[in-house]
Amino acid sequence: MSAVAIAADAPGRSSWFTLLKRTGPAGIASAIVIVVATFVAVAGRAISPFDPLAPGLSNAWIGPMQVTGHLLGFDGQGRDLLSRLLVGATTSMLGPLAVVVICMTVGSVFAVSAAWRGGGYDAVVSSGMDILFAFPGILLAILAATVFGAGLISASLALAIAYTPYVARVLRGAAMRERAQQYVAALEVQGASPLSICMRHLLPNMAPLIVAQATILFGYAMVDLAAISFLGLGVQAPNPDWGVMVSENQSGVLQGYPLPALAAGLSIVIVVVAFNVLGERLYEQAQADRR
Amino acid sequence: MLVATLLVSSFVIFGALYLAPGNPIAVLSGGRTLPPESVAVLEERFHLNDPFFPRYASWVGGVVHGDFGYSIAHRQDVSTLIASRIWTTAELVLYASLLILSIGIGLGLLSGLTRGATDTGVLVTTAVSAAIPAFVASIVLTLIFAVKLGWFPTQRNGVGFLDQVHHLTLPAFALAISSLAIVARVTRAAVREEFGREHVQTATSRGIPYRKLVRRHVLRNAAIPITTISGITVASLIAVAAVVERAFGLNGLGAYLVAAAASKDFAVVQGISLVLVAAFVLVNVLVDVLYAVLDPRVRLGARAQ
Repeated sequence: MSAVAIAADAPGRSSWFTLLKRTGPAGIASAIVIVVATFVAVAGRAISPFDPLAPGLSNAWIGPMQVTGHLLGFDGQGRDLLSRLLVGATTSMLGPLAVVVICMTVGSVFAVSAAWRGGGYDAVVSSGMDILFAFPGILLAILAATVFGAGLISASLALAIAYTPYVARVLRGAAMRERAQQYVAALEVQGASPLSICMRHLLPNMAPLIVAQATILFGYAMVDLAAISFLGLGVQAPNPDWGVMVSENQSGVLQGYPLPALAAGLSIVIVVVAFNVLGERLYEQAQADRR
Repeated sequence: MLVATLLVSSFVIFGALYLAPGNPIAVLSGGRTLPPESVAVLEERFHLNDPFFPRYASWVGGVVHGDFGYSIAHRQDVSTLIASRIWTTAELVLYASLLILSIGIGLGLLSGLTRGATDTGVLVTTAVSAAIPAFVASIVLTLIFAVKLGWFPTQRNGVGFLDQVHHLTLPAFALAISSLAIVARVTRAAVREEFGREHVQTATSRGIPYRKLVRRHVLRNAAIPITTISGITVASLIAVAAVVERAFGLNGLGAYLVAAAASKDFAVVQGISLVLVAAFVLVNVLVDVLYAVLDPRVRLGARAQ
């Protein structure tokens, strides 16, 4: 590691806190929403006031505040709505997290290696990704549910595979630009191994873009996974999940008890808006930093 | 490329379901144990004992001739099952695409060409509606326009053209809403970016009238990213239609695919998946053709090679 290399890396990087501050009030508000949602996802079972699975059919569709302690009332099967929303945050957030971690890791590896090696390897990776593009995420998840059975794991894996080409395409472009930088050539001349250059310099320099893309994809993954659960092929009832809750309380909309379905739907929308807004702002910052 | 993608996808679809655990005969017998002779007869009839490649080849050969195989669970040809449902999905996707192209691009232009309250209003509305999943839009639209206002029916397909349009309006809006918002945002960004370019500033300084400037210099260039995002979102509707069909109880391909996936009716899953992938690829090819129509650089570049 030389002084030249360190100096070349330095200006592009800024601490995450300043980066967040530069995303403006909308970005910070979104970050707060995400932190709260993450807290609920981790602590959901501990802070939920009632058992989210305990049915009480005599309580079905009872509205908010009508029974003491049950702030949001009950769902169609007489289960406490607030508890189900809080506990449902766990699967609703964990699924997208898995999707994002897998597709970002696999996508970055393909992108960086394709940009580094170039030539035939790049062509093979790129055309493989092009063919994967032909499979919409939801369709791949339906196929996975047929083959491996319905569940959060097969749905998340299928979505991760479907998202990988999008990640790889964006990051490959960025990796190519980074690869052409002089500091990379300088490190190569000094005998640094390709792996160490990629891990220590290339990827860290691409980090703002990677984080921005991961944030945006989290929102997409949340919508798609909830849709798959809504279709009955993801998280299985009676486990609470926001997508499942919209599905099982859909009949309430027609019967004049829309709250349980709406509350679950609204939870998804709020979290997804937060991820989209923050992701867009981070992306703008990453683009601005490069100029 | 089109044929290659379809061949590989058909291989993936067929191969995945070939590897899937579960026995079609068990589905047929409803879990009862059949005498070995009947099992042998059934296996012979549905070619269940043939090796992978002959089965794949005969399936692809059949698909080329419009024969998608036989649904053991429904005791019917898959092509018949697909044919009776494909129009609902096609109409739904087409209706939603028209909404996306008209309202989405319209809002984007409105927002891109104006400043102040209109622009901010469009930006905030689209930021929220871009995050509304189709199934949440379905219940919200049902609640407002079917239950509260009673303007639209809540369930099932209509009879006759006008009635069908009436029945499909809420599902089409539910399907279109998030894509529409994304298209509007990208359109706005594209228009804004073109306005900042030097050639537009030059044109302005030469005194070219505003309308002509927008039509000839801004929109022609902005048309490229607008086409890209419209293509991506319209293609994605093909799969998301399943969600809306389920939410509104429409008798379409997607809803049927989900039911078939849950009941492990492999022939149906294979057939519908292939049709959906083909439609998806076809939309992408159309977008590529559209690039060449819109952008002389693409046309000339292709000729130069």
